Amino acid sequence: MSKAGPSQASIFLNGLWKENPVFVQVLGMCPVLAVTNSVRNAIAMGLSTMFVLVMSSTLVSLVRNIVPKQVRIATYILIISTFVTIVDYVIKAVSIPVYKALGPFIALIVVNCIILGRAEAFASKNSVYRSILDAFGMGIGFSFALLCLGAVREILGAGTFLGVPLFGPYFEPWIIFLLPSGGFFTLGAWLLAFSLWKERRTRKATLAAEHAQELAS
Amino acid sequence: MSVGTHAIDIRTSPHIKGRVTTDTIMLNVVYALLPVTAFAVFVFGLSAFLLVIVTTGTCVLTEHVLCKLARKPSTVSDYSAVITGLLLALTLPPGFPLWMAIVGSVISIGLGKALFGGLGMNPFNPALVGRAFLQAAFPVAITTWTPAFWPEMQIWSTERFTSIVLPTVSLPFMRPESVASFINGITIDGFSGATPLSRMKFDHETTSIIDLFVGMTAGSTGETSSALIILGGVYLMARRMMNWRIPVAILGSATVVSGIFYALNSEIYPTPLFVLFSGGLMLGAMFMASDMVGSPTTPLGVWIYGILIGSVTVVIRLKGGLPEGTMYAILLGNACTPLIDNLTQPRIFGARKKGERK
Repeated sequence: MSKAGPSQASIFLNGLWKENPVFVQVLGMCPVLAVTNSVRNAIAMGLSTMFVLVMSSTLVSLVRNIVPKQVRIATYILIISTFVTIVDYVIKAVSIPVYKALGPFIALIVVNCIILGRAEAFASKNSVYRSILDAFGMGIGFSFALLCLGAVREILGAGTFLGVPLFGPYFEPWIIFLLPSGGFFTLGAWLLAFSLWKERRTRKATLAAEHAQELAS
Repeated sequence: MSVGTHAIDIRTSPHIKGRVTTDTIMLNVVYALLPVTAFAVFVFGLSAFLLVIVTTGTCVLTEHVLCKLARKPSTVSDYSAVITGLLLALTLPPGFPLWMAIVGSVISIGLGKALFGGLGMNPFNPALVGRAFLQAAFPVAITTWTPAFWPEMQIWSTERFTSIVLPTVSLPFMRPESVASFINGITIDGFSGATPLSRMKFDHETTSIIDLFVGMTAGSTGETSSALIILGGVYLMARRMMNWRIPVAILGSATVVSGIFYALNSEIYPTPLFVLFSGGLMLGAMFMASDMVGSPTTPLGVWIYGILIGSVTVVIRLKGGLPEGTMYAILLGNACTPLIDNLTQPRIFGARKKGERK
C-alpha cells in the first residue's frame, strides 16, 4: 500500500500508549478484571492475547481483498478462534497450573473485542506489515495494562510478586484485591491515574501553545 | 445578604428561613452519638478510645485534604466527616489494628463520599462503605473481638484504661503477630471473645437480654449498648432531626420476620428481642439507615426502605453464612433508594390519576 498514512512508529506506539486498549479504549474488560489477580496470570493472558492478535491480524490482512464484505465478520471469528484453539493447547502443554488459573478465559479470547476490533478497524484496511505493527502495539499495550493491574493486585492481595514474598512473614494481605471487587477498584484507580496524567499533559500543552502565541503577537 | 443599595431589599422566595442548617443537624447527631462513644470507651478501655480518635481524625483530615485537592472550600466544619469517623469506629471491633482503621477512614471519605461529589451526593453511607471494604480486605481482623472489660473482666477494674489490646498497635501493613515477635511472652490468643451473635449462629447459645440491652457483651465498639443508642435516637427524633419512620420500620419488620422464624422453630432461632438488641441492628437503624442522604424522601418510600433493611438483616443473620447482616442490608437499602423514590412519587395535586381519561 502506498497510501499516505501515519508513520510506522506512530502505528506501533498508538496501541502502546495513545490508544491503549485498556486504559484509553476500555476494551476487553472481561479478562482485565477476571484474570489479573496475580502477575503470572496477567502475563500469561497478555501474551496469549498478543499472539492471537498478531496472528489473526496478519491473516485478516492477507485475505482482506478476497473475502466478500457480507461474510467478513464470520471469517474473522473463524480465523481468531483457530489461533485461540492453538493457544489453548499450547498453554495446556506448557503449564497445567496456569491453564487451570485462566480457566474459561482462554477460550473467551475469541470474543475479546480488542481482537475483532483491530481486525475490523485496522487489519482489513491496511497492508500486512502495518497490521502486524498495529497488532504488536495493541498487544503490548494490553499486556502492559494487565501487568499494571496484576502487580497491584498481587502485591497488595498476597504480599508477593510472581510468587516471591516481598514483605516478610507478618504481612497482612488485603484479601479484597484478590476478589472481583478488588479488580474493579484497581482498574478504577489506574483509569483515574491515567486520566489525571492526560489532563495535566493537555493543560500544559495548551498553556505552552498560548505562551507561544503571545510571544508571536 | 442585602444586595446593592436598594431601600427595599428585593429577593425571591423563600423569605422565611428556619435556623436548622446542615451543620446544626450534624452537630446534634454528634451529640447523640457521644453517650454511646463514652460508654464504649468505658467498656473497652484505651484501645477503643484510640480507635475513635484515629478514625475521626483521619476522616476529618481526609475530607480537608480532598477538598483542597479538588480546589473547593474545605467542608470539614459541617461535622459530617466527624460523624463518619465516629460511626466507623463504633462499627469496628474495639481491638481493631489502628493502621487498618486509617485505611478504612480514607476509603470511607474518599471512595464513599468525595468521589461522588461530597456530602449529599453519596449514594451509600460513607462509614458503611469503609466498613464493607475492611470486611472484605481483612476478614480475620474484623472478626477478632475483645470481651467487655478485658483483661480483668470486672466493671471497676482499671487495667483496661492503662493497657492496650495487642492488635491495636500492629505495625502498618503487618499482622498483630508482628508486634508479638518483638515482645516476648505475649500471646495473641489471650482474647478472642465471641459476640452474642456468633455464639447464637454457631453454638445456638443465647445471651441475657438485660446484658444485651445495657451493653455488657463483646461486639463492635459502639453497637453493644442498645439503651444508649435508643437514647441518642430518641433525642434526634424529638428534635425532628431524624425521620422516626425509618428506625420504626426497620425494628418493626425485624421483629415481625424474626418472630415468624421463632414461631416456626424456637429451638434453632433466637427470640425477636435477642435479634433487636444484639449486634449492630440498633446502631444501624438509628444512625446509619436514617442518614438523610441515603434514604428515600417520600413517606411511603421510607416505610418500604425500612422494611427492606429490617427483613434483609434478619434473613442474612438467620439464613446466611455470616452472623451479622445489618451492614449489607443497609447498603442494599441505600442502593434501592433512588428506585424506591422514583416509584413512590406522590401524585401532584390536580394531576390526573393513572389511567384516568382526558
